[in-house]
Amino acid sequence: MNLWVLVLATAGGCYALKVAGYLVPARLLDAPQVRRLVELLPVALLAALVVVEAVASGRHLQWDAARLAGFGAAAVAVWRRAPFLAVVVIAAVVAAAARQI
Amino acid sequence: MLEESPRAVVRDSVGVGLAVGAYGVAFGAASVAAGLSVLQTSVLSLLAFTGGTQFAVVGVVSGGGTLATALGGGLLLGARNTLYAMRLAPLLRQRGLRRFVAAQGTIDESTAMAVARRDPALARVAFWWTFVAIYVCWNATTLAGAVGAQALGDPAKFGLDAVVPAAFLALLAPRLRNGDERSRDANGADTAARSRESLRIAAGAGLIALVLIPLTPPGVPVLAAAAAVLLAGRLR
Repeated sequence: MNLWVLVLATAGGCYALKVAGYLVPARLLDAPQVRRLVELLPVALLAALVVVEAVASGRHLQWDAARLAGFGAAAVAVWRRAPFLAVVVIAAVVAAAARQI
Repeated sequence: MLEESPRAVVRDSVGVGLAVGAYGVAFGAASVAAGLSVLQTSVLSLLAFTGGTQFAVVGVVSGGGTLATALGGGLLLGARNTLYAMRLAPLLRQRGLRRFVAAQGTIDESTAMAVARRDPALARVAFWWTFVAIYVCWNATTLAGAVGAQALGDPAKFGLDAVVPAAFLALLAPRLRNGDERSRDANGADTAARSRESLRIAAGAGLIALVLIPLTPPGVPVLAAAAAVLLAGRLR
């Protein structure tokens, strides 16, 4: 895959999506279906990404103990409402430590 | 929130900006670990400037996905910024070129900080200061994370493979919590029912993704999970 094409297409697409919101008529937002969809779509995408990033390795399920230990520790931190940066640092430190064992 | 001074709004906005911007370190590191160069990583943060999408794109790249699936997942996630822009447009009331600058700053945090203010003048202060603080901090820390990860070598040795799912979980959690700032809609309304629905959607999407991982090419499980939600929304 050409990574530059991906980087530039992502950048252009994201900017276009932002600008579009300033140019379309605001009453589009009044439709409850539109609002519901835009609220729920990130929930579905993020949940799917959590699962894929936690247990997938390409097309295989890979139950990597160290990665899962880091992820599990991060999940506890999220549950305890730790700040974002603390969550990712905990994930990295626990996974790295587990890998040393 | 009553009788808030502009100075206090600036202080809060910069505080949020610096705190949120700091996790650019995690993005920079994850991006280089996925195989992007330091320059490509920085260009993404400078131009795309929307954290969830950036994590999603490099996540699919690291999993060996195609350009179409990486871009598709990233742009679907970026579509929420369109909704934010529609909410901010009447509040910011920008004309001409400034609208196109405001567009780049239209993300989760700047929107949340702006719509939390009742006074439109304070909302504008909150939006611009949050945007500038995050933009500067996010790009500086992205570069630091990318350069750091490149210097460290094998990402798994430093636990960076656990960082990406942890980051997504941290981005997801506020959307599942009842009564949390980010789960509120434009009217400030929030209900336990809405929160339960979000939990069901998240569980369903996660399950669909899990089942599809061994069956479909990388990137497809995430898009399929989103498509299932679209479908569920239509059936209602």
